[in-house]
This record gives sequence, C-alpha cells and structure tokens, in this order.
Amino acid sequence: MLLFSSLVFLAATAAGFIGSLTGLGGGVVITPVLALLFHVDLRYAMGASLVSVIATSSGAASAYVREGFSNVRIGLLLEIATTCGAIVGAVVATHTPTAALSSIMGVLLLFSAYSSTRPHPDHLANTADPLAHRFRLNGEYPSENGIKKYEVQGVKSGFSLMFGAGVTSGLLGIGSGALKVIAMDRLMRIPFKVSTATSNFMIGVTAAASAGVYLRRGWIVPDVTMPVVLGVLVGSLIGARMLSGAPVKILRYLFAAVVGILAIEMIYGGITGRL
Amino acid sequence: MTIAWIELSASSSGRASLLAAALVLVGGIAFLATHGQQVPDYHKFHPQSTPLTTIGGVWHGAIHLEPIYLIQLGLLVLIATPVVRVITCVAGFALGRDWMYAAVSLIVLVCLLASITISGL
Repeated sequence: MLLFSSLVFLAATAAGFIGSLTGLGGGVVITPVLALLFHVDLRYAMGASLVSVIATSSGAASAYVREGFSNVRIGLLLEIATTCGAIVGAVVATHTPTAALSSIMGVLLLFSAYSSTRPHPDHLANTADPLAHRFRLNGEYPSENGIKKYEVQGVKSGFSLMFGAGVTSGLLGIGSGALKVIAMDRLMRIPFKVSTATSNFMIGVTAAASAGVYLRRGWIVPDVTMPVVLGVLVGSLIGARMLSGAPVKILRYLFAAVVGILAIEMIYGGITGRL
Repeated sequence: MTIAWIELSASSSGRASLLAAALVLVGGIAFLATHGQQVPDYHKFHPQSTPLTTIGGVWHGAIHLEPIYLIQLGLLVLIATPVVRVITCVAGFALGRDWMYAAVSLIVLVCLLASITISGL
C-alpha cells in the first residue's frame, strides 16, 4: 500500500509538472497511467483523474482571473452547456462497458496528441455575432501592445461544441480543456490566451457536475485518489514556478509522443478486453 | 464591482482548495500509518454502495476521525469549491443588478445541484 501510494504520487507529480509546463493539463494522462501501469480499474482511475482536474483548475482559476485574461461572462454562459453535457456524459459512462470507454479515451488521446503540436495563431474577427452583443460577451485583455479588444463570433456553434466537451468530460473523467479551447479559439474567434484562461475557469465547474454522479456510483475511492490529487497539485505548482526558461517546445513534442503511445495502448487494451 | 467580487471569490476558492489538499494529506498520512502494510487491490471494481458514496456518510466517518473518511471529506471540499464559486457569481451579479448574468449563473448552479440528485439514474 505504502509503495503503491508513493509510486502513484511520483507518477502524478510528473504528470502535473509536464502538464502545467506544456499547458496541456496532466489530467489527460492520469487515467491511462493508472489503468495501464498500476492495473487500477478504469472506473477508479477516472474518478481519481476527475477530482485531480478540479483541484488544478481551482488553483489556476484564481491566478488567471486576477491577470484579467479570463472572461467570466463567456465562461458562465458556456458552462450551461458544459454542465448539462457533463451530467449526460457521466450517466452514459455508468452504463457503458469499460472496454468501450478505454477505446474512446484512446481515440481522444490521439486527437489531443495531434492538436497539441499544432500552432495556435490568433485569428481575430472584426464583426461580432449579434448574440455576442446581446449577452455582452465582447471584451478586452492585456497584451504586449496594451489593452486589446476582441469581438466574439459563432456563439451558437461554440455553445453546441461546449455541450460535446461536457459530454466527453463526464464520459471519460477528464477536463476536456483541449476541446473547450478549440470551441472558443477556432469557432468563437476568442484570442488564444483568453480562451485557455477561460477554459481553465470552466474546467472545475464542468468536472464538479460529473463528480456528483461518480461519487454516488462509488467511482471516487479515497485511497486511490489521495496520492493522485496531491501529486498533480505539487507537480503543477512546481511547473507553474518554472514556466520561464524551460524548453517548452521539446517538452511539448515529448509529451505528445507519450500521450500517443498511451492512446494506442488504451485502444489495444479496449479491443482485447484487458481493460 | 461585480468583477472585483468574483476575483475575490476566485482567489478564496484557490485557498479553499489548498486547505482541502491539506486535509487529504493529513488523512493520507494517517491512513498509510495504519494500513501501510495492506496489499492494494484496485484491479476489480466493487460496485456496492458504502458510506463513502454519500455526503452524510463521509461526514459521519470524518467526525470520528477515521483516516479514510478524512481523505474523502477533503476530496468533497475540493469538488465543492467550483460550486461555491458559481454561488458567489449568482450573488455578485445580483448585487450588481446584472439580472441576465445572475440568471445565467443560477441555471449553472441548478445543473450542478441536479447532478447530485440525478445520479440515481
């Protein structure tokens, strides 16, 4: 038990550290690492991952709101979609065989490994969606050239994709940060920095919606979750301190490669029925 | 004024999550001190419902200072911090007479509370 907890703690620390350095979030690798390396049942692993996602989001949300990047209005409006989606996802997850869940997770991991190596150009729009005016979503953020304004587009399509992000979060016990950023950055044309900060603000609320379902189903077990949460928190705090001067680009590719390997293992494990 | 209120709530929720983590740590050390030699067995899923799966059950165990329940209580506080953040948003926007966003945050809150009751599905 002592050995198990220590090893899980170390693995979670590494995941949290690299996750916060590369901005990918460590949560996405927690479940596969627990299931593949430590032979923890997929449902327990997903419960532990979900709680650690909430922990890092609460820590990061405070920093981002203070720096003025995150847009609280956009976050709250889209949270209607993500929380509803998360409840649907979590309920579906409790009726889905683990072999199917691990294969779906593998596919999602492959996708996030691919998208994490893509560049993120800001494509600002100069005309806003009328809905964005109605809900007062347009905002401003601090940049190198002073305060910059932005107009929000595609509110309806962004809202729909957010529902999907909520479903995947509840279905797989992850934060779905990558999908949330895509919805805001690509569809709604919100600046990348504002998108990531607002996504971080939203992740905790989304995950809390599925956590209620997971808890009642007995998926959140304290003895497995304890070393995971503490490890991810410690790792991400160290990562946030070291953010400047780290070889982020190399780390990003390295992490993407690890995520890709885990993805294939998850799909293989799902198909052969090992997980 | 509303935004200042929400900033304050965000930074206090950051602090609340650190407090919860401390509770998890204390419970964890106590748990490992008493159960450190036990062989871990998480390979199989045991779907029976235990006091660990209800808020009342966790609270009852935690006030009797049982390590495993102390950990779970810390985890519950962690899960609750985003919910509290949404509650302060409802209050903050209502105080600022921003009724549209008071309603938006209220809908989010209702979804969150529904998730606790809906889990019987």
